[in-house]
Amino acid sequence: MKKHFPDEPLQSHTLDMLWEVQNEKGYIPNADITRLSARLGISEIELEGVASFYHFFHRKPAGQFCIYVNNSILAEFKGYRDIVSAFEKATGAALGGTDASGTFGLFETPCIGLCDQEPSALINFYPFTHLTPAKVAQIVDGLRSGVGVEFLSNAVEDNIRYTPEPDKTVLLRAFEPGSALEPLLRLAPDEVLSVVKESGISGRGGAFFPTGLKWELCRKNESDCRYIVCNADEGEPGTFKDRVLINRLPGLLIEGMIVAGYAAGAARGIIYLRAEYRWLLPKLHAAIEMYEHIGWLGADAPTKEPFRFDIRVQIGAGSYVCGEETALLESLEGKRGEPRTKTFFPVERGYLGRPTVVNNVETLCFAARVMELGAEFFQALGTPVTRGTKLLSVAGDCNRPGIFEIEWGMTVAELLELCEASDPYFIQVSGPSGQCISAWDSHRRFAGEDLLCGGAIMVFDHTRDILQILRNFTAFFQHESCGMCTPCRAGNFIFSRKLDKMARGLGSLQDITEMQQWAQIMKRTTRCGLGMTAPNPLLYAIDRFPEYFEKKLDSTRTGLNRSFDLESALEDYRDAVQ
Amino acid sequence: MEKKLVNITVDGRPIAAEEGRNIVEVAKDNGIFIPSLCYYPHIDPPLGSCRVCTVMANGKSAAACTTLVKEGMEVLVNTDELQDWRKAVVEMMYAEGNHFCPSCEKSGDCDLQGLGYRLGVTVSRFPHLFVDRIVDYNPQRMVIEHNRCIRCRRCVEEVLTDEGQRVFSFQNRGNTTEVGVDYEQEAKLTQEQAMQAMNICPVGAILVRGKSMARPRGERKYDHADSKAEVPLPKIIALKPHLRRKKIVATTSLAGCFGCHMSMLDIDLGILDLIELVEFNKSPINDIKKFNKRCDVGIIEGGCCNSDNVEVLKAFRENCDVLIAVGECSIWGGLPAMRNFVPLKECLVEAYSSATNNVEGKLVIPHHPDLPEILDRVYACNEVVTIDHFVPGCPPDAGHIWKVVKNVLFGETFAVTNAEFKYD
Repeated sequence: MKKHFPDEPLQSHTLDMLWEVQNEKGYIPNADITRLSARLGISEIELEGVASFYHFFHRKPAGQFCIYVNNSILAEFKGYRDIVSAFEKATGAALGGTDASGTFGLFETPCIGLCDQEPSALINFYPFTHLTPAKVAQIVDGLRSGVGVEFLSNAVEDNIRYTPEPDKTVLLRAFEPGSALEPLLRLAPDEVLSVVKESGISGRGGAFFPTGLKWELCRKNESDCRYIVCNADEGEPGTFKDRVLINRLPGLLIEGMIVAGYAAGAARGIIYLRAEYRWLLPKLHAAIEMYEHIGWLGADAPTKEPFRFDIRVQIGAGSYVCGEETALLESLEGKRGEPRTKTFFPVERGYLGRPTVVNNVETLCFAARVMELGAEFFQALGTPVTRGTKLLSVAGDCNRPGIFEIEWGMTVAELLELCEASDPYFIQVSGPSGQCISAWDSHRRFAGEDLLCGGAIMVFDHTRDILQILRNFTAFFQHESCGMCTPCRAGNFIFSRKLDKMARGLGSLQDITEMQQWAQIMKRTTRCGLGMTAPNPLLYAIDRFPEYFEKKLDSTRTGLNRSFDLESALEDYRDAVQ
Repeated sequence: MEKKLVNITVDGRPIAAEEGRNIVEVAKDNGIFIPSLCYYPHIDPPLGSCRVCTVMANGKSAAACTTLVKEGMEVLVNTDELQDWRKAVVEMMYAEGNHFCPSCEKSGDCDLQGLGYRLGVTVSRFPHLFVDRIVDYNPQRMVIEHNRCIRCRRCVEEVLTDEGQRVFSFQNRGNTTEVGVDYEQEAKLTQEQAMQAMNICPVGAILVRGKSMARPRGERKYDHADSKAEVPLPKIIALKPHLRRKKIVATTSLAGCFGCHMSMLDIDLGILDLIELVEFNKSPINDIKKFNKRCDVGIIEGGCCNSDNVEVLKAFRENCDVLIAVGECSIWGGLPAMRNFVPLKECLVEAYSSATNNVEGKLVIPHHPDLPEILDRVYACNEVVTIDHFVPGCPPDAGHIWKVVKNVLFGETFAVTNAEFKYD
């Protein structure tokens, strides 16, 4: 198995080089920045710029045991603060730093893909789920007494809660290795393209671009080398379906990549795995080795037309925006994960300027199933616009959080019943960048014709405060913006301030109107999808829950005065003169 | 080889342009102005980071600098909505950074300022964020003023040493993104290269020591640029005319320096005509301390730094039909807001204990029931009450102030030229 392809420029090893230092020393000292930048032939500041973009790289000692507690809204509601306090008490480290001895480092991080078993944390990138303060104390005791993290870490449940009837289940049916590859023995690449196009499948990452067309466009671009990049950086808070796919069906993913490679005329595949899922790396490695062993990878494959394919895995380093395909490509090239301008599509100029297909895990797995089951299988499955099934990660206030493979067309009400959400109030579809719906929308259908969903469903009941949800989402975007364009970098920050003001009880109707107007400006002026979708939670919440906002507004502030709170503005002075 | 021409329309006007050129360039060649800040013709592909050039191309909003013209493309530039979006992005830069024009070396040569003038930005619709940023004196040849940086990325892409190493690079991400400087590489720059870095910086963030004030004020890029051109100001709603009574005006200076009042006096003999037309109520001009009549117009200089300012401002709101904020301090805090980055307690300790003229080791912060209490930070007037009109400048031009006041009082139409519209 290859760590890197032979002719890739050294700079695309940057993340691995930084990881090597981080893993060995627990942080990246200046001396290593100097050494590595000299090796890469770039200035130190440029390398520091790369390192500081990714929040899992530390420039100060971050502890022998580096603890990351998930701070997503689902965790927040399930007791994130108690868990942080428990870790602080047990380790002696304050959030954001290490204890005096440097043994423990305690940090927060957005969604780590374990929303169905919150509160959760990663310690040295091993998963810990269903945490309680007592469990935290035990874990820390264990670490102090020298038990290895890998032994303390608990098994992560797959929590597959629902699949349609056996003849309608696509992704989560039994998997026979080789079943997606078998058709390649008799089909030429363009025939494979036809099958995929005929099946009507589209990208599962949220943009729903027709998969067959993407592969074909890539194939049409002349190049000495084309790439298939698997986007395994599912960072949208609330999503964990790729985790389950990789954990359960790594072979299906590899076969999907081989199919894509054959059809798109690519010789190389790269899986960009988010660092939060590093614990899944052995599964992927084992699968890749298996396919190398049976001659489908790293050797001339027994396909109808000559074909040779290689796959390597790249570990990310903590950055939501790298789930955006062009930011992911920048990251693969060892740079800051800043989205590119849309002058060229990745299928024209992608990784290292070569035609590149970027598909997410679910899409590639789905494509493998298309080869296995044939295009006809999908004719009557799902809806005309969205054929087949979709994996949903459901979490929050429901009794059965987990993975649901639904046939497109299922209603919201049906899903809520299946997951046993007894008091659904605020339902966030497709994560913070998606939209929220209310119980009034329960007749709506998950389908391209109605409600598209990238995969995350968060259910919140009546006890949850909408403002707390919005503040969590906005803080998330504020930290995860790549920082390159003004409206996203400053806009999310400005929204944060506004919401803070509302949380202090100082919101007025004007604040709501302004936020709506500013959200529209932000959506139209940002550079990439992150900024375009970041104001969605606000816009949808104001639209769907007007009664909540009415209650939140200070109705005593009428006429021309603003919601200025003199008393709180004087607190500091009164404090100082005492 | 001759480039292929394509046909596009810009705001409905047919234009033939070379295929593959970007919309900013094509528009410029055809006399159509699209504002831009990060765009710099040498940088290819363009960065698309500032978003000030947002237009509509075939029905979708896009940065003009990163959009290449194609056959049949329909481009919209000057719709009301687009003009507002672009203005909003510029205002966002003012809200995000700490742009104190009166104390900036680059004032008059600053592209952000020039754009503010050109777009008629009198106030930022967004609340100022007042994030504490550093001034970096470490580089050998330069001073990096992070307060002013708009993260356009020009320097990151353009400033390289002879060995091709980057001197600047973005650091961190999200709202903490900043431009980092490589001191070792910076030291290798020639004086010409350093000057080039200062010159491509659209604001006053990169300063070359000893050279930042080389061009005298009054002779700078935006000092004379189109000095007669009109600034597109927001519409002013004039008062309904009262019959046969003098209009009543009140003025005050809150956390300001009285410079704006001095500027008002600059209308010289005009003030004698004015006395015929208006009557002053509460104002330092006639020393009336308390409102005793309802006023038509209140003119506010200065922001709110203490409880008395808040009280006075609220009284103005209650007693005046129209409030006009005059000068940078009243509009967003101005120079007094420089303390907004430092916690109040530190400011007080510095003023009453650490400063050299204080008795050593003794900290007495003045406080007495008769003294106003100091606010945690300086607030813009429109954070406390609603303000109807804004007249920027430090101080604003006398002509500009009176044109606005006369417009409100008598409905006189007016135009403010670039020469009268300044932030410094």
